[in-house]
Amino acid sequence: MDYAVEMLDIRKEFPGIVANDDITLRLKRGEIHALLGENGAGKSTLMGILFGMYQADRGMIKVSGKEVRIGNPNVATKLGIGMVHQHFKLVSTFTVTENIILGSETRKGLVLDVKTASKRIEQLSQRYGLNVDPHAKIEDISVGMQQRVEILKMLYRDAEVLILDEPTAVLTPQEILDLGIIMKNLIGEGKSIILITHKLKEIKANAHRCTVIRRGKTIGTVDVASTSELVMAEMMVGRSVTFKVDKKAASPGEIVLQVDSLSVNNNKKCLALNNFSLEVRAGEIVGIAGVDGNGQSELVEAIAGLRKPESGSVRLKGEEITGLSVRSRIHRGIGHIPEDRQKRGLVLDYTIAENMVLEVYHREPHSKRGILNKAAIKQYAERIIASFDVRSGQGASSIVRSLSGGNQQKAIIGREIELNPDLLIAVQPTRGLDVGSIEYIHRRLVEQRDKGKAVLLISLELDEILNLSDRIAVLNQGERIGVVNASETNENEIGMMMAGVTAEGGGEA
Amino acid sequence: MRSGVISLIAVLFGLLAGAVLMAVTGHSPITGYMYLFEGGLKSPERIGDTLATATPLIFTGLSVAFAFRTGLFNIGAAGQMLLGGFLASAVGLSLDLPKPLLLLVMIIAGFVGGALWAVVPGILKAKYNVHEVVSTIMMNWIAYWTVYYAVPAYFKGEFLETESKLLPEAATLNVPFLSEMFGGSYINLGLFLAVIAVIVFAFIINRTTLGYELKAVGLNRHSAEYAGIAVNRSIVLSMVIAGGLAGLGGVAQYAGNAANIQIGILPSQGFDGIAVALLGANTPVGVLLSALFFGLLYSGRGFMNAMTEIPPEIANSIIAIIIYFAATSILIERLVRWLIRRRSSGASARSSAERKVD
Repeated sequence: MDYAVEMLDIRKEFPGIVANDDITLRLKRGEIHALLGENGAGKSTLMGILFGMYQADRGMIKVSGKEVRIGNPNVATKLGIGMVHQHFKLVSTFTVTENIILGSETRKGLVLDVKTASKRIEQLSQRYGLNVDPHAKIEDISVGMQQRVEILKMLYRDAEVLILDEPTAVLTPQEILDLGIIMKNLIGEGKSIILITHKLKEIKANAHRCTVIRRGKTIGTVDVASTSELVMAEMMVGRSVTFKVDKKAASPGEIVLQVDSLSVNNNKKCLALNNFSLEVRAGEIVGIAGVDGNGQSELVEAIAGLRKPESGSVRLKGEEITGLSVRSRIHRGIGHIPEDRQKRGLVLDYTIAENMVLEVYHREPHSKRGILNKAAIKQYAERIIASFDVRSGQGASSIVRSLSGGNQQKAIIGREIELNPDLLIAVQPTRGLDVGSIEYIHRRLVEQRDKGKAVLLISLELDEILNLSDRIAVLNQGERIGVVNASETNENEIGMMMAGVTAEGGGEA
Repeated sequence: MRSGVISLIAVLFGLLAGAVLMAVTGHSPITGYMYLFEGGLKSPERIGDTLATATPLIFTGLSVAFAFRTGLFNIGAAGQMLLGGFLASAVGLSLDLPKPLLLLVMIIAGFVGGALWAVVPGILKAKYNVHEVVSTIMMNWIAYWTVYYAVPAYFKGEFLETESKLLPEAATLNVPFLSEMFGGSYINLGLFLAVIAVIVFAFIINRTTLGYELKAVGLNRHSAEYAGIAVNRSIVLSMVIAGGLAGLGGVAQYAGNAANIQIGILPSQGFDGIAVALLGANTPVGVLLSALFFGLLYSGRGFMNAMTEIPPEIANSIIAIIIYFAATSILIERLVRWLIRRRSSGASARSSAERKVD
């Protein structure tokens, strides 16, 4: 068999955790090979080893049949292995060409030869159907385009094996389709692709074979065409899963959150949310659907107190809170699962224990007269860790940075639910998470609703909105296009509304 | 713990490099170091002087470390120290109170002076996002010229235009029992104040909600804001505390080690504080130890110079090299890890070889 890359019995330990436990992965030449696993299953570590960022404790790597030692990413690049990271590594004030040649600049004497480089980039771009303008600045192009620049960077360095780490996490549905076509073009030209993901739909649509790993162990490699999504999901999480959220009809009670003709500016001082009104009642989940950047962040920040609205009001349980501080809003019963867990949600260099009291450290029993009670804090954190199944190397004293994304998210959700808020704002609560965690988090959100709490869900994943919400408000360019009952609508209608087409007769005002 | 090991290795490398320097310039490193350490530790008097030399460094080290732990880079410890010292001296020269009370007022004045000089960069940072490195350096020069003008204008010395009047006995931190205990050294109460500052620092940073808040703001401003911590207030408060600590250093220097202020000098201890904090890994005990070590080098180098031909600049070079190694701690960390790995892989190779023999 002609294998482009073979990773045989790879083992890697980190303090307190075996990240890879004798994992084997064989990538055939010219195939798209999906690497499927939950967050923290060891996918990133395995790929980090292949790309030379970590060294395996044991095991063997073969490239084109020859055993190699990959000591650092430069070696990997020389061997024709390229990686597109989940977070792009681009200089935003540089042009596409400048970014691509960075580190392997072509020179004419002492002078940078950008022209030759950009010509070559243009050719590559055409050959693989990437459609990238070599002269555009990174800050001016869309996220999807930036990803293509990353792919071009690999191609420019003659990569034969491309590792794509969660490539669709940042893309719109259309861009995801385009990426599929690009990947087909790439393998058409003889490249091989390792696709790291936990989105089964995409594996089904794009990959040929799929290797599933769970808790650092290889579960198996399957042929994608003959394996159902459900089987793959079960291999990944190790038990049967359901994609549908199990929930009974909502029984909405009193109004908890009332947003009244709220207008909010964005960072550029432009109106991002325009005259927006919405109410969320106890015992219901209201979803906000919309394409990214249509005012969702501004709405959430205005409700949470992180951003001052231009006009309008926010009421919580009938009380005006528009002018209150973040802390007094938390006191009054707002829990907030923020959009960006690493930027907003966590202090990455604090321990889990310290992060769990981020909003309540000043209250008893966590502190008394300004003195922290570390034992009480630890106990509090351990309760959240236990009830939300947050996995880490050293329990409550683990530094949060060392946790996988899914466990970081579970910790945040645990912290916010532990506050027992009347209103829970969940922004992209399952972004970048695997099926098992998503299922779990969804169940927890529905549980909050059933306990009579109000839940405001903001998500870019239409499936998630449709599955969880009782009512759905659609945002387009900062305006409320309409509010519909989830049971009376479908993907098409919401999709139309997200594009700005007003629903006719659907829902209430 | 790990950073402690790294600091020790940095010190070791610095001393080794110093030895090489001495050897290269044709001197014996062993006698050199012997005299260096003898100069700092030989007699009670010298030990007292070493401790006194270290005292202002403890304060400025704590100042830089406190700012750093809360995400701020305080380059202005020199100016804060100078102004704190000036304000304390002004109080000492103007008020006529019994010694304990006067010293208390002077200490408060010193803290306030340093804090005042740091609160401006703090506010600028919080409100307008002006980088504190720039503004604290500017404040250094404002302090320099303020003292340059104010001392001759209001507190002119009896003999020299360029220094202030000597502080009266009631206004200095020198106390007979300490000087006598250390054989006439200029060690003074400033050292006790420094030890108290170390303890208070450790307590605030590790055990209080205030420390928790300030550290959270320093580590991630966005999540602190999200959690309802008053971010701007925290930044200003951090600077106030850092500046106050440096101001206390000024009290220890100008009303303890010295008895007056000279104009036209930014105290070098302000900048050495950065090195002290760095070598001490920004922990209170680390700062204490590294300040004592620096104090030893500073007070011993004169003796080394007197007893040998080795130029005193060697001591400064050693300090500089140590700082380099402390600053590049990541390299040392790598070296340590490499050594550990080599040893363990060597051990496993050996054990597998043994197994083959079996």
